[in-house]
Amino acid sequence: MSTLFYLAAVISVLSTLIAITRVNVTHALLYFILSLISLATIFYTIGAHFAAVLEVIVYAGAIMVMYVFVAMMLNLGHATIDQERAWLKPSIWIGPSVMAGLLLAELLWVLKDTGAADMAHTVTAAKQVGIALFGPYVLAVELASMLLLAGLVGAYHLARK
Amino acid sequence: MFEFVVGSPLNIALILGAVLVTAALLIWVERRVLGFLNERLGPNRVGPFGIAQSLADVGKLITKEDWVPPFADKLPFIVAPIIVPVVMLLSFAVIPIAPGIGIMDLNVGLLWVFAMAGLGAYSAMLGGLASNNKFSLLGGLRAAGQMISYEVFMGISILGVVILSDSFNLREIVEAQHKNGWYVFPQFIGFIIFVIAGLAETKRWPFDLAEGESEIISGFNTEYSGMKFGLFFVGEYIGMLVLSALIPVLFFGGWYAPFGWLELPNAIISGIFWMCAKTGCWIFFFILVRAALVRPRYDQLMNYGWLVMLPLSLVNVLVTGAVVLAQGN
Repeated sequence: MSTLFYLAAVISVLSTLIAITRVNVTHALLYFILSLISLATIFYTIGAHFAAVLEVIVYAGAIMVMYVFVAMMLNLGHATIDQERAWLKPSIWIGPSVMAGLLLAELLWVLKDTGAADMAHTVTAAKQVGIALFGPYVLAVELASMLLLAGLVGAYHLARK
Repeated sequence: MFEFVVGSPLNIALILGAVLVTAALLIWVERRVLGFLNERLGPNRVGPFGIAQSLADVGKLITKEDWVPPFADKLPFIVAPIIVPVVMLLSFAVIPIAPGIGIMDLNVGLLWVFAMAGLGAYSAMLGGLASNNKFSLLGGLRAAGQMISYEVFMGISILGVVILSDSFNLREIVEAQHKNGWYVFPQFIGFIIFVIAGLAETKRWPFDLAEGESEIISGFNTEYSGMKFGLFFVGEYIGMLVLSALIPVLFFGGWYAPFGWLELPNAIISGIFWMCAKTGCWIFFFILVRAALVRPRYDQLMNYGWLVMLPLSLVNVLVTGAVVLAQGN
């Protein structure tokens, strides 16, 4: 299982990097979908089966479909690819890379002191997730639902114009 | 004799072989039945039982030039047709066929099918987008809108079954039905919505707006030829097979004989027989639907989905939940 975990982790990091550096929006989205699926695999290998499947259903299967849908609606042609290429000059990369590198160093520093992660497999059943969500975390669920309602009302208002 | 365990190599080989052969046979069955129903000239006259028509179709698919248009976006264009058969085969893996016969026994089996169906949407979308052609783009857009809408009702419609059986595991759902009776009776509304939404999800008639020959040539697969088109084609049939097998599992008692009638002595043989019989009935139903119904307009499809199916499925979940709560589990 730990081999699978590391394999999925490597794929996840690589596909995310490629997704960031693509100039063609469709290709970037494809790599991003790959990254989400590998993330779901990671969840699965550490025993969170329910979260893994939800990751695929909600993120890879629904949200990213909307992204691709928007990319199709706009039908961005070669002009945007050239524009994107002009924007993504090598000098642009320096600032974000330095900041990301610092964060990575910080993360590694923190990880160095924590003990070996426990990859023991306690499989979390869907029922336990539900009990946790509507027990101790019910406030967060209610807040999220209010946020979603606001989004829904906003979208309805915009569509009426 | 062999010991049948879920997920053994023997099981995997047998099921994979059976699914692929059935998907290939379905192409023949569908053309043959439609040939009789629609008075089509080819499939019910050529060779014995119209087999020559299917052989000619296969020969055409394999020998046609495999063409990638120079104006297409190469990577997504090639990836798109591969997604749908792979994803549909993966979702078939969780379908329980008989006790001990199956490929995976996931605790989140039902959600797995939905995850895979969600990924299946990319096939038509990417195909339409990568073809770089107006008709394909329109087909891809239609496919995306249709699949993302009907996925919602399909997901909500089976929540009633999940509430009643207390599980996402397909085998446990079948066992629960053996104990409490078929879910098609308490969940009739959910069942109807599931069948309609599932049909829309497989993009089969009458929901083939993404292809819509009379309006947008062949929609998202306009630019595809040879085996790339063949993969879309086979993927659609495997999808139909998955749907036809999922309906008995969720609503008609899975591998158990109906009301204990005609139960064969061996549990495994009886299970395979009844599962195949029930699946076969649904496949035949979907072929008849194709022959009987006409394609709706796109706005009718969307209005019907969001204004009829969504409220109905939500009410169904509410009522089921309230009844289960009132009965105190």
